[in-house]
Amino acid sequence: MTLYPEDLKYTKTHEWAKIEGKIATVGITHFAQDSLGDVVFVELPPVGKELKAEQEFGVVESVKSVSSLYAPVSGKVIERNSQLELHPELVNQSPYQDGWLIKVEVSNPAELDQLLTSQAYQDFLKSEKH
Amino acid sequence: MKNIDYFSDIPASVRLAKPLSLPEPLSEPELLEELKKLSEKNQEASLFLGGGSYKHFIPSIVRHIVSRSEFYTAYTPYQAEASQGILQTIYEYQSMICELTGMEVANASMYDGATALTEAALMAARITGRKEVVVSTAIHPHYRQVLKTYCNAADLTLTEIPFDPKTGLSSLVPRFSSLVAGVILEQPNFFGNIECVSDLADKIHAAGALFIVSVDPISLGILKPPGEYGADIVVGEGQSLGNPQNFGGPGLGIFAAKKDFLRQMPGRIVGATTDSEGKKGFVLTLSTREQHIRRERATSNICSNEALLALAACAYLAVMGKTGLRKVAELCLQKANYLKKKIKDKVLWPDTFSFKEFVVKTEKEIGLNLERFYPELKGYRLICFTELVKKEMLDKLADELH
Repeated sequence: MTLYPEDLKYTKTHEWAKIEGKIATVGITHFAQDSLGDVVFVELPPVGKELKAEQEFGVVESVKSVSSLYAPVSGKVIERNSQLELHPELVNQSPYQDGWLIKVEVSNPAELDQLLTSQAYQDFLKSEKH
Repeated sequence: MKNIDYFSDIPASVRLAKPLSLPEPLSEPELLEELKKLSEKNQEASLFLGGGSYKHFIPSIVRHIVSRSEFYTAYTPYQAEASQGILQTIYEYQSMICELTGMEVANASMYDGATALTEAALMAARITGRKEVVVSTAIHPHYRQVLKTYCNAADLTLTEIPFDPKTGLSSLVPRFSSLVAGVILEQPNFFGNIECVSDLADKIHAAGALFIVSVDPISLGILKPPGEYGADIVVGEGQSLGNPQNFGGPGLGIFAAKKDFLRQMPGRIVGATTDSEGKKGFVLTLSTREQHIRRERATSNICSNEALLALAACAYLAVMGKTGLRKVAELCLQKANYLKKKIKDKVLWPDTFSFKEFVVKTEKEIGLNLERFYPELKGYRLICFTELVKKEMLDKLADELH
């Protein structure tokens, strides 16, 4: 299995977005969950909240740090992954499937072009290493 | 080694060129004699001064415990495997504060009552996402100053509601809007008056705001824990619990809240856990939200605590127990109210219930001159009575005030 699925879009702040029509499902990447270590708590915005691209929308807390989450696209939060309240470890175990964070109704589809492809994100990760 | 002039950075023009004009040095025995003579000039005065710092009796065991070098010299217990003793005392302190306030979580303490109150306001703003904080002017003036400073920097609006001049009580109710993050009440208030709290929490919660109560922990020996009347965050100055007045500081900031708000709590928290062998142990917990890890995004810029004073409070509460604390509170209440009745015509609010302090009209230099903080209370003073005041003193004072 690839660590960075081809059908997702990525941000330089290590979130991913899966676009299906007007709905974007948002999570954090394999690299992000691996760097954080064991996730113990996820703080998500309430349903109905309007997010702006690149705006902080929540935090993910691991045993060693707390990191901010940034919205890949603008839009309204329509669903949050309630499973994470009891099982935050899903973010580590399944960052692209069961560990998704929120679903957003995209308000400005043009922003999607700003996001990185899988290849561009992996190139970005490589460049960051140096 | 080369001789270094440590003062070379200081301009010659401001350096003293001649020797200081001091008496000849004394030998140590002579010096002790001199100091003894000076100390004989001291007088044990009864000042009846309270206003946030209180002279309560401190059982000697408290001093013995805090003077143990394991506690006295302990550094921040980051390294849990080498700090179980101090961590356990902080954990026990937190548990006692929870019981006293009726809250579910308490932190390891803040700097003092003022910073604890201010951190509560900031926490309410974080939780509600709102920007206005409402306080009564019957809250300690120093606390409000600290609050003002923080609100200014944190871009919060501070709304001060004047107390009712007829009763000396806060009148907050009609002022809540959907913009308010938190409403702060002091119980008993700065004038020693016991605030009416019966349905206040419901009204505050209906407006979507949090209810913050600042307490005198000694009063909780007889007053209801704020958790029982709907408080969301309880703060207070903990100096009264086993700590001397120390000329006004250091203080002990009590901070406790409902469990739902755990992750928004400022400061450090000690938690109980089990080690790899299944034995009970204690660690600093949730420190990922503290400043040394989360920098400018931390829940608070207070990244420390008043561990030694918290330890004294913990020892004090353990020694006094429920019955002892209740007795202290009852004595304060009885003594203050005995005098209040005797000099009724001099008392500003004779019909308002008060705990250990009340306001009198007098020219005598006793207690705290309220004009300093409240120009409208010119000629009035706040006087305070703890369990240490004897009945003869009260009778004498009554005669002098008449």
